Amino acid sequence: MTVLSASFVARGDEPIAFVGAHLVPIAGAECERGVLVVQDGRIAAVGPESTVSVPAGARRIDAAGKWIMPGLVCTHSHVGDIGGADGSHPIQPGVRIHDSIDIRDPGFRRAVAGGLTTLNIMPGSGHLISGQTIYVKLRFAAEGPRTIDDLMIVGSDDRPLGGLKMANGTNSMRSSPFPGTRGKSAFLVREAFIRAKEYQLKIERAGGDAAKLPPRDLNLEPLVEAMQGKRRVHHHTHRHDDIMTVLRLAEEFGFRVVLHHVSEGWRVAEEIARAKAPCSIILVDSPGGKVEARYLMLDNGRALEEAGVRTAFHTDDYITDSRVFLRMPALAVRAGMSRGKALEGVTLAPAEMLDLADRVGSLEPGKDADFVILDGDPLSVYTKVLETWVEGKPVFDRSRPEDRLYAEGGFGAGRARRPYLCCAEDQNQ
Amino acid sequence: MENTATRFQTRVDSVRTERNATRSARVAVAIAAWFAAILTAAPHASAQVAVRAKRLHTMRGPAIENGVVLIRDGKIAAVGREGEVSIPPDVETFSAEIAMPGLIDARTTVGVSGILNVPHDQDQLERTASMQPELRAVDAYNAHDPLVEWVRGFGVTTIHTGHAPGELISGQTMIVKTFGRTVEDAMIRDSAAIAVTLGSAARKEGAASPGTRGKMIAMLRAELIRADEYRSKMKRAGAEPRDGAAQPDGESPARDLRLETLARALDGDLPLLVTADRAPDIASALRLAREFSLRVWLDSAAESYLLTDAILEAKVPVIVHPAMARAIDDRENLSFETAGRLSAAGIPIALQSGYEAYVPKTRVVLFEAGVAAAHGLPIDTALRAVTVDAARLLGIDHRVGSLAVGMDGDVALFDGDPFEYTSHCVGVVIDGRVVSRGKR
Repeated sequence: MTVLSASFVARGDEPIAFVGAHLVPIAGAECERGVLVVQDGRIAAVGPESTVSVPAGARRIDAAGKWIMPGLVCTHSHVGDIGGADGSHPIQPGVRIHDSIDIRDPGFRRAVAGGLTTLNIMPGSGHLISGQTIYVKLRFAAEGPRTIDDLMIVGSDDRPLGGLKMANGTNSMRSSPFPGTRGKSAFLVREAFIRAKEYQLKIERAGGDAAKLPPRDLNLEPLVEAMQGKRRVHHHTHRHDDIMTVLRLAEEFGFRVVLHHVSEGWRVAEEIARAKAPCSIILVDSPGGKVEARYLMLDNGRALEEAGVRTAFHTDDYITDSRVFLRMPALAVRAGMSRGKALEGVTLAPAEMLDLADRVGSLEPGKDADFVILDGDPLSVYTKVLETWVEGKPVFDRSRPEDRLYAEGGFGAGRARRPYLCCAEDQNQ
Repeated sequence: MENTATRFQTRVDSVRTERNATRSARVAVAIAAWFAAILTAAPHASAQVAVRAKRLHTMRGPAIENGVVLIRDGKIAAVGREGEVSIPPDVETFSAEIAMPGLIDARTTVGVSGILNVPHDQDQLERTASMQPELRAVDAYNAHDPLVEWVRGFGVTTIHTGHAPGELISGQTMIVKTFGRTVEDAMIRDSAAIAVTLGSAARKEGAASPGTRGKMIAMLRAELIRADEYRSKMKRAGAEPRDGAAQPDGESPARDLRLETLARALDGDLPLLVTADRAPDIASALRLAREFSLRVWLDSAAESYLLTDAILEAKVPVIVHPAMARAIDDRENLSFETAGRLSAAGIPIALQSGYEAYVPKTRVVLFEAGVAAAHGLPIDTALRAVTVDAARLLGIDHRVGSLAVGMDGDVALFDGDPFEYTSHCVGVVIDGRVVSRGKR
């Protein structure tokens, strides 16, 4: 996939070389003393000190004792004080989450403090289809983004990249007009995709003749894009039978799906592997909280890895705090997942699931210069993110007091307080 | 259920045990830890258990290298260096890198707020009235809820649990062990504190009270004054407030469970566990404590770092919110560093898993302590905050929180730094019974 760089990325910057750091390139083995050279927002060179030389004229930064890894990629975040589909209907593909994002939400600053550089911001799971998601780069450099447009990742057709959020199980089962059962849920989704298929046929038969084109349908367009493979379906699902329903629907309609949460993935890991469906999972401190998360286990990552399933992690922020995203692969290792696959699970694997692996997810020449500088092993509780860089620019620097405030929390790290005007609010209702 | 049990049978790593008589003969025993622990670890009246650790944190003085704990009849019979303490023959012996007292979670709702989060297992918050101190945790505790076993697997042996934040007075709390068939089996103290919430979580909409912070304090003051009058009438009538049946002169008021409970707070018998996050709510709690000479334990206290002098002066301990609690609502300004900052200021602290309304249904105090330790709370202080300091705060340090002769035989074993993400809890002993052998 060809993706254009955002327009504000500066060109012709002097190269910067980070020298002596323990590199976790994800693509290839870790090396204890490495060099990372970035220029023009891209990685120019990366590797052990013995093989990569610092180019003449480069700004040399001593990174001895520090660790550098790719910027973290989260396939599933709710930062930005978002509001997507409303309560009027269980299927609202026409709603775009990027029309609701407040980039001044402190959640973004906590995300860069946690080393995150690329997010898929999604609407919630209270709908069968809750709308279009948006893939963003956290370009919070000094000049700062002013609107969500500055964070978007734009595709070759100049449109912002994103997926389609779907859900099954209990979150999207509500009172009418929402479905009350799993059977009805699947029926409603099948019906929507069948309508979309008919719409797609009409467009194809029009053969470019504007007079024959059906009226534009914003709710069907994203479903057509999903069936054409242009728009990835990001599907919330927990229980083993719900997981199988997603795979069944994906096969029927040919959409490319990423399974999200997949709490009982360990129960149907072989089936998931056979369907070649990647999984973006979440690990939390205990099972439960709702019936379908009763068997959400810390060794889900291990079970999926053993079955050969491509596995990523996600924050689901606010469910887990982006600042401790690295805790998730660490807990997976605690429960038996390999270190390599666990670290891929917050970098390259999620990048693949967003179709962005040609740009982000590993330290490789030509990829975007999105990386994290840490003061120790990324899987240790004691390790701090020191700096986060996006496209060759620092977006988080722990030594700056205003960044540290978001990294640690403290007075002023929350959002501005709204006054509570007891009775005035009642009158407004 | 069968599938799950089978699955755990296969996933749980075997634990190496040693018979002291044949110390070289190691026997690996695979145990289904999830459901079977309770069955397999049936209590033995005269059972002895020994724990050997490369590093033994007794929490009474410096850690002991190559330490041994011997437990007999549920109590610690000996603690010391290997060689100083002799392990009798045929005593089941567990070895680990690290051993420490069983962890204490100083504020949770585990056992009362169940794993499934459906009406039938949620007993942490009664919504019918904003002040119900008469509700007892003991009447709502499910010793078999899977979350009890879940936190136990991570070394948590004692929990201060009960009614949740969310109503002005939501009810009482209690202190139990995380093992026992019934709440009575598990009990340490059946009534530990009265749970009070100040702040947005206790606020009602529309015409219901309390609708504002001012109203919350007005309601509490009025109720405490009523309780004081009740207490006085009882005393004049020669009856103890807790024993309304005694009416020697026939003038004792009818027994009122609500006022009786608050009277115990006025007597200093029961502390108020006041959940307050914003600085003005914390200040209100201290003001209330001064007016009525109440014992207060501050709970959560997100903005307490703004008021360390006042908290120190009031001699009020703080059970600090989980380090990884969400920065939303009244906690929007919370900090990973709060536990460290309060402790550095000389304020007694303990740590907690807190109350969770959704996913995860509970946090684990071990994990929260680790994050606090990574953000300014010295590691030794963090260990104390989940053991001996928590026990002292809760008034149970004569039984739990440290490893010394005569103390309860509660031990948590780890294969590395207990706070590190990738370490495991490899065994848990409560009252001398091995209640978890899994590698968690």
